[in-house]
Amino acid sequence: MNPVLRLEDLHTTIDVRDGVVRPVDGVTLEVGRGELLGLVGESGCGKTMTALSILRLLPAGGRIASGRILLGDDDVAAMTPAELREVRGKRIGTVFQDPMTSLNPSLPIGRQVSEPLELHSTLSRRELDERAVAMLELAGLPDARKRAGDYPHQLSGGMRQRVMIARALVCEPELLIADEPTTALDVTVQHQILELIDDLRRRLGMAVILVTHDLGVVAGRADRVAVMYAGKIAELTDTRRLFGNPRHPYTEALFEALPENSADSGERLYSIPGLPPDLREPPTGCRFAPRCRYATDECVEEEPELRADVAGHEYACFHPVGSAEFDEPSAVVRVHERAGAPAAEPAAGPPLLEVENLVKDFPVTKGAVLRRRTGTVSAVAGVSFSVAAGETVGLVGESGCGKTTVGRAVVGLDEPTSGHVRINGTELTSLRGAELRQRHRDTHLVFQDPYASLDPRMRVGAILAEPLEIHGAGTRAQRSARVRELLGEVGLPADAAQRYPHEFSGGQRQRVGLARALALEPKLIVADEPVSALDVSVQAQILNLMNDLRERHGLTYVLISHDLSVVRYLAQRIGVMYLGKLVETGPAAEVHGNPRHPYTRGLIDTVPVADPWADRQSGGVSGEPPSAISPPSGCRFRTRCPFAQEICAAEEPVLRPFGAGHEAACHFPLDAAREHDATKVYQGENG
Amino acid sequence: MTDRTAPVPASPSAAPSRSAARATLRAFLENRLAVAGLVLIVLLALFCFFGPLVYHTEQIATNLAGADQPPGAGHPLGTDDVGYDELGRLMVGGRSSLEIGVAAAVLATVFGTLWGAIAGYVGGFVDAVMMRIVDTLLAIPTLFLLLILAAIFTPTLGLLILVVSFGAWLSPARLVRGETLSLRTREYVQAVRMMGGGGKRVVLRHIMPNAIGTIVVNATFQVADAILLVAALSYLGLGIAPPHADWGNMLSNGTEFVQNGYWWMILPPGIAIMLVVVAFNLLGDALRDALEVRLRRR
Repeated sequence: MNPVLRLEDLHTTIDVRDGVVRPVDGVTLEVGRGELLGLVGESGCGKTMTALSILRLLPAGGRIASGRILLGDDDVAAMTPAELREVRGKRIGTVFQDPMTSLNPSLPIGRQVSEPLELHSTLSRRELDERAVAMLELAGLPDARKRAGDYPHQLSGGMRQRVMIARALVCEPELLIADEPTTALDVTVQHQILELIDDLRRRLGMAVILVTHDLGVVAGRADRVAVMYAGKIAELTDTRRLFGNPRHPYTEALFEALPENSADSGERLYSIPGLPPDLREPPTGCRFAPRCRYATDECVEEEPELRADVAGHEYACFHPVGSAEFDEPSAVVRVHERAGAPAAEPAAGPPLLEVENLVKDFPVTKGAVLRRRTGTVSAVAGVSFSVAAGETVGLVGESGCGKTTVGRAVVGLDEPTSGHVRINGTELTSLRGAELRQRHRDTHLVFQDPYASLDPRMRVGAILAEPLEIHGAGTRAQRSARVRELLGEVGLPADAAQRYPHEFSGGQRQRVGLARALALEPKLIVADEPVSALDVSVQAQILNLMNDLRERHGLTYVLISHDLSVVRYLAQRIGVMYLGKLVETGPAAEVHGNPRHPYTRGLIDTVPVADPWADRQSGGVSGEPPSAISPPSGCRFRTRCPFAQEICAAEEPVLRPFGAGHEAACHFPLDAAREHDATKVYQGENG
Repeated sequence: MTDRTAPVPASPSAAPSRSAARATLRAFLENRLAVAGLVLIVLLALFCFFGPLVYHTEQIATNLAGADQPPGAGHPLGTDDVGYDELGRLMVGGRSSLEIGVAAAVLATVFGTLWGAIAGYVGGFVDAVMMRIVDTLLAIPTLFLLLILAAIFTPTLGLLILVVSFGAWLSPARLVRGETLSLRTREYVQAVRMMGGGGKRVVLRHIMPNAIGTIVVNATFQVADAILLVAALSYLGLGIAPPHADWGNMLSNGTEFVQNGYWWMILPPGIAIMLVVVAFNLLGDALRDALEVRLRRR
């Protein structure tokens, strides 16, 4: 059968001020009808540029240098602009990462969905509107007929992405290119959108290229996966084979860097040393060689070609890992091993941090001078927990669940509306002056985006010295000695002090952020999504570093993240938040392996796991979180809960104990059995 | 496996540049237009302040017998309607124009920046009141204000500077307030607050340096605006009183003789004003880029 799309030795170049970047350097791949091809790699590996090359939508200065892009029998690379317009939107549909900026805010969504049809067909306005509504329905937009007249800002992020998908598919293209379609969305919504794409490609029989950095996203859905590195394909094979038997050392390293694979053992994650090469002057030989642990002289001198030992498994490496033969059951053993969770470490010592009944409301106001109060956003509604010294507690939940607000209240950035925050038994809200300053020494926040949290006009040395200056610690010479010490602590060279933040990579900037947090030797560090802006391999470096620092300095962490696997890797205890409430808390392994609250269960099921054999029968959490301006009565989760009954609307559930330290707030808690059943099934197969 | 030796991007220069000022200067000098602007300003300043030392002319007593002479021997740019040498007058007039322009711009920028930064950083009621004051003053046309003041007081250099900057500080105040509103929510500002840093540190160390691009560009435009405003005022006959002069009143004077074809009274001050405005605009643009560390190549 002819493939829908075939790239033949595609080379793309982009002219920049000081040279030529080659983001796509000899890519050959094909996608068949009804096939979902995953294109994965870290940022800057060329995966997005490959996708954009197919549409010839390259940024300024970009062009296709050589190679062919065969869509059926037509070469897109050789098309005239007029022919190209016939292809875009009609034969190839596209979904981009950010549904807000990809939609025109001043046009009703129905019109935007029918726009490609308007360009590529001669249908009347009425027919166009009909098709738009039908397509929106297909894309799972509730009340499609009524909402077709809505504007993008009236829809939630997930709904907007559905609109984007409807627009991409309205001309029934042969090929859909989805470039990080779910990266901007919450996990529960991500799950729904991925299901939708998967479902639609089956029903419409189109080919899909799914571009993503997230191995978990492709694991459950892709038929085949291409791993890209530095503009070239490193490995290309069917999904199960890739995950079960990676041959390229880069693929192997990526898997080993995933925190979920070491969550229970707590062992160090493998992190790929160094940085991806500069694509203006790529190294000769294998591009991964400088970072590869198996590299030999041969790798540096000569470039490995893509080759295959068995049909359908191509890799570009002289020293492949794994074996040519691959039989599936070995992977089941892997799953089985992971299912055995060790007992959680007992919490030690008296509580360092106590949060009691924390409430934070944000007023919604109108008017410039008088600021009439028109409503209240209930960001945090009565959260209590405590953290023992030396312990790491993870807070997880979707965006808007209040986890960040809790973190900010703990470090004193937000004043709580009511409730108490105590550190070492001292009430925070009552502190003034010198005592308050002292407390700022004891707690520190590490921000999500290391770039935004470092003053772009200050050198790293000045940034690190600033907390010392504020607290008048030491002389100038002592401070600069401390800066050098801090840089060493986080694994940066001493001359980093002379540089500006923009000269560092994302992971290095986060190291600077950690160094600043350590400057005053705090007892408690609140880390708000410390790794979510980073690539997998860099994420592993930062997680390892956080682990080291914890051991070296006896630090206590409150780790805030939407990513369960990250939280599970670092934290001993987990708190799950939903719409301002703590719905479940307990030892990490216990909450993860034996969730009692339906929301926790749903969250675990929706997180994409980099394991094609994972149990994906559960639908996860449906719908999207309601507004925090008027939260549902009783249990706030009831609007999305499959087990909700009348009592859930009438009465708010309180946290009830389920074994040692494990509490959940639900009227109808789940049984303990499910996870164990799954384990048994695997064991049965194995034996 | 250790990951504690992650390399930092190698810097091409062997030693990291020690002085921030030097790096800024280098970035500035790489920009040809900027250098052109700077050279122009230096030349104009030399012309106005040192010119009279080499080119002596009578600029106090009038000489009606030698009025309205076209350019020629003795008077390279001719004489005006009361017999002042046009070239010498250009030097003297430029002195007051430049003085007013620069002084008013500096005064307006410093005051406006502080006003805007405080309003933006403190926020709430204080911000609302401070910005309403700005809005109210903005509603009064500057020229109108100038006319009233000029009618009450005898316009002197100092008064003109005060009056011009009184109208001019409003726009930097609004600009900086807007900038501050966005900067104060930045995470690095929050990080300072979290460390226990106070408002003074935040405004002076973090907000102002990051708003410097906006401030500096605006300041150079202010210079040009102030010179034009004084010119307009002089044009209406309410500028600096004779025998002092500025380019504006030279120009307005000259335009009375358009019909007579006395181009030498119009073109020189006109071109001088234009040159100074262009030069300061070029300088402003270049300064903004030079002060932007993120654009700087090492």
